[in-house]
Amino acid sequence: MSRITACLQNLKQQNKKALIPFITAGDPQLDASVVLMHTLAGNGADIIELGIPFSDPMADGPVIQLADERALENGVTTTHVLNMVKEFRQTNQETPIVLMGYLNPIEAYGYEQFAKDAAEAGVDGLIVVDLPPEAAAEPIKLFDAAGLDTIFLIAPTTSDKRIARIAASGRGYLYYVSLKGVTGAGHLDIDGVNSKLETIRKTTDLPIAVGFGIKDAETARLIGQNADGVVVGSALVKLIAEFQNDREAMLASVSEFTQSLRQGLDQ
Amino acid sequence: MSQNERDFLNTPDELGNFGPYGGRFVSETLMSALDELEEIYNKLSKDPEFQAAFDKDLAHYVGRPSPLYHAERWSKQLGGAQIYLKREDLNHTGAHKVNNTIGQALLAKYTGKRRVIAETGAGQHGVATATVAARLGLECEVFMGSEDVKRQSLNVYRMKLLGAKVNPVTSGTKTLKDAMNEALRDWVTNVDDTFYIIGTVAGPHPYPMLVRDFQCVIGREARSQCQEQTGRLPDALVACVGGGSNAIGLFHPFLSDESVTMYGVEAGGLGLASGQHAAPLCAGRPGVLHGNRTYLMEDGDGQIMHTHSVSAGLDYPGVGPEHSWLKDCGRVNYVAANDDEALSAFRTLTQVEGIMPALESSHALAYAAKLAPTMDKDQIIVVNLSGRGDKDILTVAEIDGISL
Ligand SMILES: Cc1ncc(COP(=O)(O)O)c(C=O)c1O
Repeated sequence: MSRITACLQNLKQQNKKALIPFITAGDPQLDASVVLMHTLAGNGADIIELGIPFSDPMADGPVIQLADERALENGVTTTHVLNMVKEFRQTNQETPIVLMGYLNPIEAYGYEQFAKDAAEAGVDGLIVVDLPPEAAAEPIKLFDAAGLDTIFLIAPTTSDKRIARIAASGRGYLYYVSLKGVTGAGHLDIDGVNSKLETIRKTTDLPIAVGFGIKDAETARLIGQNADGVVVGSALVKLIAEFQNDREAMLASVSEFTQSLRQGLDQ
Repeated sequence: MSQNERDFLNTPDELGNFGPYGGRFVSETLMSALDELEEIYNKLSKDPEFQAAFDKDLAHYVGRPSPLYHAERWSKQLGGAQIYLKREDLNHTGAHKVNNTIGQALLAKYTGKRRVIAETGAGQHGVATATVAARLGLECEVFMGSEDVKRQSLNVYRMKLLGAKVNPVTSGTKTLKDAMNEALRDWVTNVDDTFYIIGTVAGPHPYPMLVRDFQCVIGREARSQCQEQTGRLPDALVACVGGGSNAIGLFHPFLSDESVTMYGVEAGGLGLASGQHAAPLCAGRPGVLHGNRTYLMEDGDGQIMHTHSVSAGLDYPGVGPEHSWLKDCGRVNYVAANDDEALSAFRTLTQVEGIMPALESSHALAYAAKLAPTMDKDQIIVVNLSGRGDKDILTVAEIDGISL
C-alpha cells in the first residue's frame, strides 16, 4: 500500500480529513522549502504538495505564477526539487509528498529517469496539470512501476463518462477542482462542490481531495464536511510571499495558518 | 521508417496527433469544451451549408480570392526564379488571419456563446477577431503581451475602435506566449459562455486542424492561380512561420505535389548562434506547451526560453505541431531569416514593387531573395505575403531613428 493510501485510510479510520497544503519549491528561497515542509508537517499537514516551478503555469493564478517566477529566478531545477524531498525524508518518513507541476519539465527530464529518481528521493505521488488520462497511458506505466501514485484532476466541467475514465486511471486520491478558474480564484460554490462530490462517489471509492479557492479555516471546514481532504495553495503561497524577506516571521505565520486550517478541519 | 509512419497527408488522427506531435495537453477544466468544439467542427466541416456560408464571407467580406501577383521587377533584379506573391495583405483587415477568424466566428455563432477571446502577437489576429466580433455583435477580449502592446500600438487602437477590450499581459516574457497563457486562463474561468478563437495552428486538438482547414484557402487558390497564369505548378513555396498558420495554409494543398519544394522561414532574430531568435524548428527540440507536443525553444530543464524577433507575430517559442511533423518527415525545409535580413526585404519590396509587407512576411521575402538567384529564370517561387506592413511603420521608423 502506498504511503498516500495508508495515510488517507488511517485518517478515515479516525474520522479525520486530510489537510494538504501546497507550496512552490524554491520559493521564496531555495533553502526555504525543506524548512517550510517540516513546518507544515509539524503543524497539522497530512500530505504536502510541492510545486515544480514552470515558466508557463497556464492553470495558475497570479499568486502561484509569481511564486514560480521567484523560484525560477532562484535557479531552481527539477533536480533541486527532488533533492529537497530527499532532504525532507532524512527526518520525516511519514508525510506523503506529492509533486505537482506541468508536463514539459518532466518530459525534459525523461519519464523513466524522473520516475526512478522521484521514487528514490521519497516522492509518493504526482499531479501533472496538463496531462489528461487520455495522454497518460505510457507515463502511468512508468510511474506505477516506480511506486508513484498518479493523481488526476476532475473539474466542474467533467462529464460523468469522463469521471469514470479518470477514476479508472487515478491512483492515491482524486483531486477535485472546486471551481472553473485558475488557482487562487475566489468564487467557491460549496453546494456545487457537494453535489459534484456525490456524483464522483457514485463511480469510485478513491478518496477525493478538493482544491482551488480554499483560503481559510472556514472554507476548509465547509469543504471538509464532504471531501476526504482539502488542498490549500494560493492562500499559503501568498503568506510566504508576504514574509519572503523575514524567515522567522514567515515560519511563524505559516505555522499559525496551518494550525488554523487544521482546527477548521477538525471541528 | 516505413511509408505509413511517415504519412503526413492524412493528419491528424482522431486524437489530434501529427505523428508524435500535437495531441491535447490541457487542464481538465478545458477537456469538455475541446470535446464539444471537436464534435461541432466534425459535424459542420462536412455540412455544405456551413461551407457555403464560409465561402460567402470569404468572397464578400474578406474580398477573396486574393491575387497572385508576379513581382516582375523584383524577380528581374534578383536575376533568378520568377517570384509570385500571394497577396494575403489585400484581405480585409490586412492579413491572412481573417480567413481563420471568419471560420471560427461561424463556429462560435453555432455554439451560441456570446463572448469571444483571442491571444495576439502582432495584433493582426486580435484585429481580425475584433472585426468578426463587431460584425456578429459578440463581446470580445484580446490578450496581448505588454511588450507587443508597445510595439504594435496602431493595432491596439484599431482593436479598441472595433469595440474590443485589450488586456496587456505583464507576466513572463510579456509577448505572444504569455498572451496565450492568459487567454487559456480566461477560458478556464469563463468556459461556459466563451469561445476561444486561437490565431494559429497551435494549441490543443482540434485547433491545429481546424485553423489549418480554414487557412487552406490560401494554397488552394494559389495552386489554381499559378496553373492559370503560368500553365504549371510552382517549383517552390516560401512562407514565414510564427505559429505556422499562413505557412500551413499555403503548403497543405501542395503536400502531395512532389515537384513542389517548400520552405518555412522562422525568425532568426539576431542570428541562430546568438540564441536571440524565435526559431524552434531550426534550433529547438520537442516538448509540450500550450496544449500540444511540438518543437520548442526550451532550456535543459524544460523551461520555455525567452525569444527575440523584430516581428511580434513571429516572436513565439513554439510552432504548430503539423510543422514539427513535416520537418521530421523531411517534406518541408525549415530555415531562418534574421531581423536585419527581414528589414532589408521590407524596404526592398516597398521600393521595388510598391508593396509594403508586414515584418512577419518580410522574413519569407528575405529567404525568397536568397533562393531566387539559385534557381533558373523559368522557375517559379510563390511567396506568401501574409500581411501588410502599415502596422510596422512605427517599428521601422524607430529603427531609422525617426519619431513620428
Ligand atoms: C502578417 C502576419 N504574418 C504571419 C504571422 C505569423 O503567424 P502564422 O505563423 O500563424 O502565420 C502573423 C502573426 O501575427 C502576421 O500578423
